[in-house]
Amino acid sequence: MTIADPVESPKSASSGPLFDADEERLARRKRTEEIAKYTLPIIVMVAAIWYWDRLVVWNEIPHYVLPGPGLVLETLWEDREILISALGVTLKITALALLVAVVGGVGLAILFSQSRFAEMSFSPFAVILQVTPIVSIAPLIFIYIENRIIGLLLCAWIVAFFPVLANTTLGLKSTDHNLRDLFKIYRASPWQQLVHLQLPSALPYFLGGLKIAGGLALIGAVVAEYVAGTGGIGSGLAFRILEAGYRLNIPRMFAALILIAATGVLIYGATSLIAHLALRKWHESALKRE
Amino acid sequence: MTDLSPLTSPASPTSRDKILRMEAVDKTFSGNVVALRKMDMEVRQGDFISLLGPSGCGKSTALRLIAGLMRPTLGRITWEGGSTADDLGVVFQEPTLMPWATVEKNVWLPFRMRGQSFSSVKDRIDEILSLVGLDGFGARYPRELSGGMKMRVSIARAMVTNPRLILMDEPFAALDEMTRQKLNDDLLALKAKIGATVIFVTHSVFESVFLSDRILVMAARPGRVIQEIAVPEPYPRGLEWRTSKRYGEIARETSDTLNSALHPAGGLKG
Repeated sequence: MTIADPVESPKSASSGPLFDADEERLARRKRTEEIAKYTLPIIVMVAAIWYWDRLVVWNEIPHYVLPGPGLVLETLWEDREILISALGVTLKITALALLVAVVGGVGLAILFSQSRFAEMSFSPFAVILQVTPIVSIAPLIFIYIENRIIGLLLCAWIVAFFPVLANTTLGLKSTDHNLRDLFKIYRASPWQQLVHLQLPSALPYFLGGLKIAGGLALIGAVVAEYVAGTGGIGSGLAFRILEAGYRLNIPRMFAALILIAATGVLIYGATSLIAHLALRKWHESALKRE
Repeated sequence: MTDLSPLTSPASPTSRDKILRMEAVDKTFSGNVVALRKMDMEVRQGDFISLLGPSGCGKSTALRLIAGLMRPTLGRITWEGGSTADDLGVVFQEPTLMPWATVEKNVWLPFRMRGQSFSSVKDRIDEILSLVGLDGFGARYPRELSGGMKMRVSIARAMVTNPRLILMDEPFAALDEMTRQKLNDDLLALKAKIGATVIFVTHSVFESVFLSDRILVMAARPGRVIQEIAVPEPYPRGLEWRTSKRYGEIARETSDTLNSALHPAGGLKG
């Protein structure tokens, strides 16, 4: 055989496409990973719930210490009216806080990108708000703001807006300098530069910030409810957890906790979906490579 | 829509309309760094001028001054009849495309900045894409294209408005040799078709001799023009020109001039 002769493949007799062993292995691994991506977390979750159930049964743990998963599910169903109404309140605060965080964060980021002096003046305060724990600010907020809903909203906003602000500011400043020059050469107005260049450039950064802010808005809403809960407003999920704790209704605590966790996952899924839809055609983060 | 008719063949450079004039232009950056000293240049309709020189000789600074991205410290740059946003097309070393926009939306950019709707210039965009060999690629995103194709989009964007002057800052430096030669050929064909006037920055002696009718050889520290070399070969140019004796002679002359600029004590040893 000369060096130019093709290497005979074991499949060469068949009429299908030819693959070498490496390609076949890679394709097999890819298929396995695709299946494992969805099945593995489910298997782990089912195993953990099964172990939780067995732990309660085998050790005869009373339900006011640790309820089994069956009892938690039962409580979730039986208390659905209270819990779903509480979930509605928490969701409303979270969604509003996220909306205000997006508007405020993007607005402030645009201001920072247009004026270095504005950034110098205000960014230290944004950092101070971000690094100060919300649990230490919230009591003061509820002293000075009479309307509890606005107080809750403010707390959740303080926690959620910084990632939007920081990421969007970074994105607005990361515009390709040659494209900036090109827009100047074409005598684009500041508005045209912002709309047609800076905002699209900042979109992946903003969406990264939105994913973080979604979770933080929920955390902010829940923490604010904890602080405000004993102060007169008692309808969010956090309040229901506090109330159930005082009554030693541990199954309801777990049920409310499950709802909060599910809401967080849902928010993350929704923001991830938005990011995917917005970036899937052009951004590296959304592209699949062979 | 802008006129696509080819440039009438000029008999001599002086008979063509003057577009731009640089007179004794100096550019000094903070820290007293002299980027450019006493640069004179006259650009006429249909010229293909190469700025050739080592890194730091002020080639790109000269382009940025012409583009109006910075002002000269001394001297002046005058556009015949005044300058407008329609006067310039620019191609950078990188394709510099907007990744979020399709090919045709990228090419639309100069029109868009002038407030012209996409539908009103769609025919012209299709026409220029066809001229650069990207027929049928209008709806693709830049990520779907090769390096050479992205550069073609960038060239199409620079030429779509038929500007009076096109500035090209080492546009093919990052491409492989075969793609580079192909793009050089296509650039000349395109220039002949639309009658473009080009100032082309390059490090490559051979590229400058192949493309230009005038080469301004520049030296660094301080950046300045040390010699102007005429390339009197008529267009169109192709493989015959690239392999001709005359091409070799001019390349040799240009190379010697460049060498003397780099090694003023008597040229490269060895």
